[in-house]
Amino acid sequence: MKRPAPRLITSSPPHLLMPLAALALVLLYDALTIPGFFHVEMRDGHLFGSLVDILNRGAPVLLLALGMTLVLSTGGVDLSVGAVMAITGAMAAGLIARPEGFVLAGLDLHGSAPAIVAVSLVAGLAAGLFNGALVAFADVQPIVATLILMVAGRGVAQLLTAGQIITFEHPGFQFLGSGFVAGLPFPVTVAVAMFLVTAALSRGTALGLFVEAVGDNPTASRFAGVNARMVKLLVYGFCGLCAGIAGLIGTADIKAADANNAGLYMELDAILAAAIGGTSLSGGRFYLSGTLVGALLLQTLTTTILTKGVPPVLTLVVKAAVVVAVCLLQSPKFRSVAGRRFRREAT
Amino acid sequence: MRRPPSQPSPSASRKGKEPLRFLNRSTFPFAATVLVFVLLYVAASLHYTGFSRPQVFLNLLADNAFVGVAAVGLTFVILTGGIDLSVGSAVGCGSIIIATLVEKQHVHPVIAILLVLAMGTTVGSGMGALIRYFDLPPFLVTLAGLFLYRGIGLLVSMESVSIMHPLFARLSMAGVPLGDAGSLQLSAIVFLLVVAVGIYLSRHTTFGRVTYAIGGSEQSALLMGLPVGRTKMGVYALSGFCSALASVVYAVYTSAGNANAGTGLELDAIAAVVVGGTLLSGGTGYVAGTLVGVLIFGVIQTAITFQGTLSSWWTKIAAGTLLLLFILLQRAMHRRAR
Repeated sequence: MKRPAPRLITSSPPHLLMPLAALALVLLYDALTIPGFFHVEMRDGHLFGSLVDILNRGAPVLLLALGMTLVLSTGGVDLSVGAVMAITGAMAAGLIARPEGFVLAGLDLHGSAPAIVAVSLVAGLAAGLFNGALVAFADVQPIVATLILMVAGRGVAQLLTAGQIITFEHPGFQFLGSGFVAGLPFPVTVAVAMFLVTAALSRGTALGLFVEAVGDNPTASRFAGVNARMVKLLVYGFCGLCAGIAGLIGTADIKAADANNAGLYMELDAILAAAIGGTSLSGGRFYLSGTLVGALLLQTLTTTILTKGVPPVLTLVVKAAVVVAVCLLQSPKFRSVAGRRFRREAT
Repeated sequence: MRRPPSQPSPSASRKGKEPLRFLNRSTFPFAATVLVFVLLYVAASLHYTGFSRPQVFLNLLADNAFVGVAAVGLTFVILTGGIDLSVGSAVGCGSIIIATLVEKQHVHPVIAILLVLAMGTTVGSGMGALIRYFDLPPFLVTLAGLFLYRGIGLLVSMESVSIMHPLFARLSMAGVPLGDAGSLQLSAIVFLLVVAVGIYLSRHTTFGRVTYAIGGSEQSALLMGLPVGRTKMGVYALSGFCSALASVVYAVYTSAGNANAGTGLELDAIAAVVVGGTLLSGGTGYVAGTLVGVLIFGVIQTAITFQGTLSSWWTKIAAGTLLLLFILLQRAMHRRAR
C-alpha cells in the first residue's frame, strides 16, 4: 500500500491562497509606492534591504507562531508567550551581566554563550511545561491556565532582573540577535531551522496527526490510543521553548533585558499569524506553511506602515481590522450568510 | 466524659453540619474569597502599624475603583462563559479622549463624559454583535477591541494630557465625610454604586437570570426560549459601558488622560473576578465576590507599599499565585461535583 506523502509537500493551496494573495497585494502596493523597496544589496558579505529587514523582524513572530500553531490545533491557546519571552530574556541578560541582586548570581557560566542559551531555554521550556501541566493534568481551560503565567511571568522576569533593565556586552551572545550566516541575519536562520524541524517532526511523523486528533476530538483520540494528556503537555512545552528562543533573539538584538516591554502584545501577533495561515482556532487542523505566510504578511504590513511614515500606532488599528476579518472568514455562520447572498446575486 | 458512647445521634451530626449548610458548589468559592480577604486584612493589620485605620480601608475602595468598575462589567461577561480582554485599553482610550476633548477642544466635561460612555457602550455592543451573529470566539473579538482602543487612544495623543478644568478638580476632591473614619471619596462611591446595581441586575432581573442560564448551558437556555442572543450582546455592551465608566473614574482620580493607562488592567480585572469566586466556565458566581476579589488585590498592593522594601512586581507574582490557587480550588470542586 502506498503511503500518502507528508502533507507539508502536497498541501493543496486553498488555505494558502488568501494569505498569499494578501501578501502579494501588500508587496505590490510597496513596489508601486515605496521606491527601492525591493532593492537588496550586499554589504560586507551581508544582505541589506527592506525585504531582508522583514525577514529579520519577522523571525521572532514566526518562532512564536510555530509553537502557537501547534497549541491552537490542540484546541488551546497560549497567552503567556510574551511573558515567557521576557523571562528568558531576563535570565540570559542576568547570567551574562550578573548584576547586583540577580537571583541566580551564584551560577557562574564563565560567559559561555551556549551554556547561557541552554539555561535560559530550560527556563522557557519549564514555563511551557507548567502551562501544559495545568491544561493537561489539572484540566484548566487553556486561556485561564496561560493567563496565570501571563500575569505572573512579567513579575518573575522583574524579580530576575531586580526591576532593572539589564544591559550587557557579550559578542558571542549578541550574535544570536545581530549575527549573519551566509549573508542572512542569524535570527532568520534560527527561525527557518525551527520551521523545518517542526515541519519534519509534525508532518514527517505521526506527531502532527496526534496533535490534530487531540484538538478535533479529545475523547475519540483517547479511545484511539493517543495519550492526549502527554500530547498537550509536550505541545505547550514546545511553545514555551519557541517563546524562549524568540526571547533570546529579542534580548540579544537590543543588548538589554526589559522585563516590562519584551514581547509585549507578541502573543497576539503569534495567534494572528497562525489564524491567517488557516489554522483552525477551535483546534483540529494546522498548516505550518500557512503560519509562515501569516507571519510574513504581518511583518510586511508593519514594515510598510513604518516605511510610509504613518504613525506606528496605526498598526494596532490595522491589526484589529485584520483580526476581525480573519475571524469572519473562518466563521461558518458568516460564510453561509455571505455565500447565500453571493449566490442570490449570481442567479 | 461520661456520655454513653452508643448514641452518636443523628441530630448531633446534623448539628455539626448546620452552620456550614450554606456552603454548596456555588457559595464555597465565595466563602473562601471572603475568608482569604479577612485573613489577609487581619494579618496585614497586625503586621503593619496603621494598616487598621479606617482611612486605609476606604482608600482600598477609592484606589481600586476603576479596576473594580471594569471588573463588575466583566463579571457578567464571564458569567455567560465569555471573556472581554478590551477593558484595560478601553480605560486608556476613554481617559485620553476625555482629557483631549476637555483640554484641547474645550468641550464641557459632562458632554465629554457622556460621549465616552456612549462610545464604550457602542463598541461593546459591536463586539457583542460579532459574537452573537457570527459565533466568533469572544476572546479574539475582544482582542481586536483591545488593539482598536489602544490604537485609537495613541492616535488621539501619545502623551499624557492633564486635565485642569475646575469641575474635575472639584470632582476629585469630592467625598462624603464619615466622621473620625475619614472620608469616602467619590470614586469609591461610584464603585460601590456600580457593585450595588450589578448585584441587583444579576439577581433580580430577567437579564441577570438569562446571563446565568447562558453560562450554565447555552443550549438549554436556547431550548427554554430565553433571549440568548440579545442577552449575549447585552453583557458585552454592559462591559463596554462599565469600562468606559472606569475610564471616567480613572480620569477624575488622576486628573489626567493617558492612552497607555490600564495596560494589563484586563488581567487584574479577570483575576479579581476569578478570585471573587466566579467560574470562568460561566454560570456560577456573584458580583459581590468581585468586590471582595478587587479588595484582596488592593490589600496585597497596600501591604507591599507598607512593607516598603518589597517591589511592585511582587504584586504581579502574588496575583498570579492567588489566581492559580483559586483555579485549582475550582477544578477540585468541579471534579468532586462530577
